[in-house]
Amino acid sequence: MLDIKKIRADFPILKREVNGKPLVYLDNAATSQTPQQVIDAIVDYYQNYNANIHRGVHTLSQEATDKYEQARNKIQKHFNAAKSHEIIFTSGTTHSINLVANGFSALIKKGDEILVSAMEHHSNIVPWQMLCERTGAILKVIPMNLEGELRMDVYDELLSDKTKLVFCNHISNALGTINPIEEIIEKAHKVGAAVLIDGAQAAPHLVADVQELDVDFYTCSAHKICGPTGVGMLYGKEEWLNKLPPYQGGGEMIAEVTFEKTTYAGLPHKFEAGTPNICGGIAFGAALDYMNAIDFEEIAKYEHELLEYATQELLKIDGLKIYGTAKNKTSVISFNIEGIHPYDMGSILDKLGIAVRTGHHCAQPIMDFYKIPGTVRASFAFYNTREEVDVLIAGVLKAKSMLL
Amino acid sequence: MEIKEIQEEIIDEFSMFDDWMQRYEYMIELGKSLPLINEAYKTDDNIIKGCQSKVWVHAELENNKLVFTADSDAIITKGIIAILIRVFSNQKPQDILDADTQFIDEIGLKEHLSPTRANGLVSMIKQLKLYAVAYQTQIED
Repeated sequence: MLDIKKIRADFPILKREVNGKPLVYLDNAATSQTPQQVIDAIVDYYQNYNANIHRGVHTLSQEATDKYEQARNKIQKHFNAAKSHEIIFTSGTTHSINLVANGFSALIKKGDEILVSAMEHHSNIVPWQMLCERTGAILKVIPMNLEGELRMDVYDELLSDKTKLVFCNHISNALGTINPIEEIIEKAHKVGAAVLIDGAQAAPHLVADVQELDVDFYTCSAHKICGPTGVGMLYGKEEWLNKLPPYQGGGEMIAEVTFEKTTYAGLPHKFEAGTPNICGGIAFGAALDYMNAIDFEEIAKYEHELLEYATQELLKIDGLKIYGTAKNKTSVISFNIEGIHPYDMGSILDKLGIAVRTGHHCAQPIMDFYKIPGTVRASFAFYNTREEVDVLIAGVLKAKSMLL
Repeated sequence: MEIKEIQEEIIDEFSMFDDWMQRYEYMIELGKSLPLINEAYKTDDNIIKGCQSKVWVHAELENNKLVFTADSDAIITKGIIAILIRVFSNQKPQDILDADTQFIDEIGLKEHLSPTRANGLVSMIKQLKLYAVAYQTQIED
């Protein structure tokens, strides 16, 4: 059992007030809050060993390099990658996806097909559309049903020897659906296609084992797993990372440079041009330490209880509809009340100190599918409580009485 | 009435409210009572795209004064639109261009002007001023 009181004490921000009310933070799917242990790691870096990495011979540079590479090892271990150089530090999931999409420009040709799921975040749609524009490849969509589950029967039909890439999120940010990625990966591999799984929403809730999944690329962002913003990771199988050309040129990513020719550094440096977010990478490692010390299985169990309780209580409200009712989902609830615009609901909840996300959640195709302008999304983390669910319910009822 | 006078009148009205809830309830009322825009003008051309709520604005010149009608799919946004229309509609284009929107701050609705609110309000004010620029040249012609 999680000691929620003790856990909450780790997060200084949870003590603050918003509009004179205690903060109820239910926008965890956008950004999670940061525990003191991670804040300490950030402060420690700037107070004690701030220096550029991989090139200095002086002590600070060596210390910073060691800690940064230790963080890479922590990430490797967490996702069970075979080699540490299969972990590339990026600025986050969007950067990771662009890196892969850009790399595939050299490997994709006209008429090749790329499959993407209907419930993707814009960051996992637009880079592939750009890739298709550059190469003449064709983007095809794996549709979903009304519950917000992928139509795996249609997926089977879409797969062919023309399919070169399949992209899908592990968990949908707008609906919370956990997608059957094991099946998606296995079937894609049968036709020789590579698979990228966007794990941004999955990483806070479960641990993906990239070797067991046999996934070609997996990516996530630190700021959704109690880490800082602006840093994330891309896992790629060594054979794929070697095939992809570098994404950006610059320092750190070269072996030798003359004006006639440059040879590139090996993995992972080939993809890490310029001075990276050193402090961010180290704090990312600290965040994984923090979450693992709490235990992901316990986290998942507790969040599921919160999800069930919140779902049950919300559904008692007349006129309330939940979008995304997959059997297999995480602690994300997207909802609307008939006759109320999500923006109005969000504005009033904010006045009551409750932070939710409103809008299309950067997943406009999903909103178009349901023919709605957007939803109100409450997303729960392991530091949220049943009492906070009660505050949300009271807030929604209050907003409803004001708006209708 | 001049723009400045109308703004002061609105500031006076809002000073009677004790808390945010009364302000919001008033805005929601204003939103509900906003005369509807002619459906014919609710076209994609007239839409101001905020991130979350849609705003439609139509402008017409009558006796050298600009008359605005508008609508939104979100009721709080609609309430703010009602206030803006009260201030800026039926005014000379040059006066609209010269006016500031400081009063929104003074009636405690500053947060709706923050870009993160993404409710199309900032774009709406910009659009009203753009109409004023466009019609100003028509008058001069």
